[in-house]
Amino acid sequence: MKLIIAIVQPYRLEEVKQSLYSADIQLMTVSEVLGHGRQGGATEVYRGNRESGNLLRKIRLEIAVNDDYVERTISAIVKGAKTGELGDGKIFVYNLEECVRIRTEERGHVAIG
Amino acid sequence: MIDHANNSWVLLSSALIMFMTVPALALFYGGLVKKKNILSLMMQSFVCLIVVSLLWVIVGYSLAFSPSELIPGVLGDFRWAFLGGIGSNDPSPYVVSDPNGPVAHLSFVIFQAMFAVITPAVISGAFAERMKFSAFLAFTVIWLFVVYVPLAHMAWSTNGVFAKAGLMDFAGGTVVEINSGFSALAGALMLGQRKNLRAIPPHNLTYTLTGAAMLWFGWFGFNAGSGLASDGLASSAFVMTNTAAAVAGLAWAGMDWLLQKKPTILGAASGAIAGLVVITPAAGFVALPGALILGLAAGMLCYVAVVFVKYALGYDDSLDAFGVHGVAGVLGTLGTGLFAAPFVTAPFGMNGGAGFSGLFYGNPASWGVQAQATLVSVVWAFGMSFAIFALLKATIGIRVSEKDEAIGLDITQHNEKAYTLIE
Repeated sequence: MKLIIAIVQPYRLEEVKQSLYSADIQLMTVSEVLGHGRQGGATEVYRGNRESGNLLRKIRLEIAVNDDYVERTISAIVKGAKTGELGDGKIFVYNLEECVRIRTEERGHVAIG
Repeated sequence: MIDHANNSWVLLSSALIMFMTVPALALFYGGLVKKKNILSLMMQSFVCLIVVSLLWVIVGYSLAFSPSELIPGVLGDFRWAFLGGIGSNDPSPYVVSDPNGPVAHLSFVIFQAMFAVITPAVISGAFAERMKFSAFLAFTVIWLFVVYVPLAHMAWSTNGVFAKAGLMDFAGGTVVEINSGFSALAGALMLGQRKNLRAIPPHNLTYTLTGAAMLWFGWFGFNAGSGLASDGLASSAFVMTNTAAAVAGLAWAGMDWLLQKKPTILGAASGAIAGLVVITPAAGFVALPGALILGLAAGMLCYVAVVFVKYALGYDDSLDAFGVHGVAGVLGTLGTGLFAAPFVTAPFGMNGGAGFSGLFYGNPASWGVQAQATLVSVVWAFGMSFAIFALLKATIGIRVSEKDEAIGLDITQHNEKAYTLIE
């Protein structure tokens, strides 16, 4: 079992979601986060002052999948999020120790999907 | 010569109407859009206040209200450009219910300015979340002179076509409500639907309700100030305004409860606004039965327009500028021709002492005038706005790019964020 964490641009969220649904991945958790990559954040102007190194808004998706679904999840996320420009984001794959469905108390592979 | 009591009420009313644009409308609209676009809505309202305030005193007031005309019945001339010829102690040439107690001319100027300010701000609701700021600015300036000023002149100026025909439009059913509503419809159609149009939830309904309450508050100045006097007619207009808002809010919330299972705060607020719109032309002409019936009708009719007709016809009037202002504006202007009660205006010697009567009080002729003015306003506002949008679309473009729309207008049009996430 794996936990996939993807950091993507907020304005690509709709495309990423649709792409995941098309690949038959329906379960996810979405949160709003701040972050930046090597470019150190964009430059913004407030009352004439230039500020750099601002943490930028990103969207974080967490998706738990069985091992055979990892590649298709990664492909779906890339398909939705990729624009070819800086800031497209990153995907991390973690090993998942255990998964429990609270309603039925099932565990393991059956609890993931 | 200047009546101090009347003058103080009209000045206060002017401030109340300014309050309706910012912060009231800014909050009302701002709460209804996605959080990444709230500043763009607020900026549109604020910019209307700034730009129209200036254009008004430079040349707008003169073109709208001067009795000498460039186009007879339709457009004034430049006699009062830069407020030339208007002394600080001059009485207003315009009076309504108290001809012996005029306010200051400058009070009338600024009172009318605030009407001209809020009307384009209302229109911005139709193309929220997708219009280029530069195009909005250009539209507002052109529209003010091509659409608003002629309509104001026709309805309210001494030699205006509708005014001379006896149009009953107390505070702007035609000039403000029908105008903004149908200009908005033209905008919604020209700009097209928002991307990913599904039920986009308002990001902050607390702002929306606060804005709606502030609009109700300010509307007392809008309606009760339009008699240009602090007399009994102002009081009557005040009471009818409050009543229409209340019954319309009840009607809409009631229909929500009946048809959608729960009464919503957005429904109650939208209903109240619809009631305020419908009573705008009628406030100083109708008595309680008229206010109640018009308010009830507005609450129900606008509900249908917004909840059913909009989706059936497929136009994306994001914040229901047409559904509320256009529909209730027509209803109110026609309704005034039905419910105008002579005993309301007769005590002030209006209409030669007879007062103004609608169809239900024995005067079918007045309904015809209301209908004609309604039709002309609808066609003029919609047609000219459509043309202005088409012109801008062909030259500078009116809609932001798809990517900019997805990123959000606050960042792409104004390089600003309304909210921070962590600090």
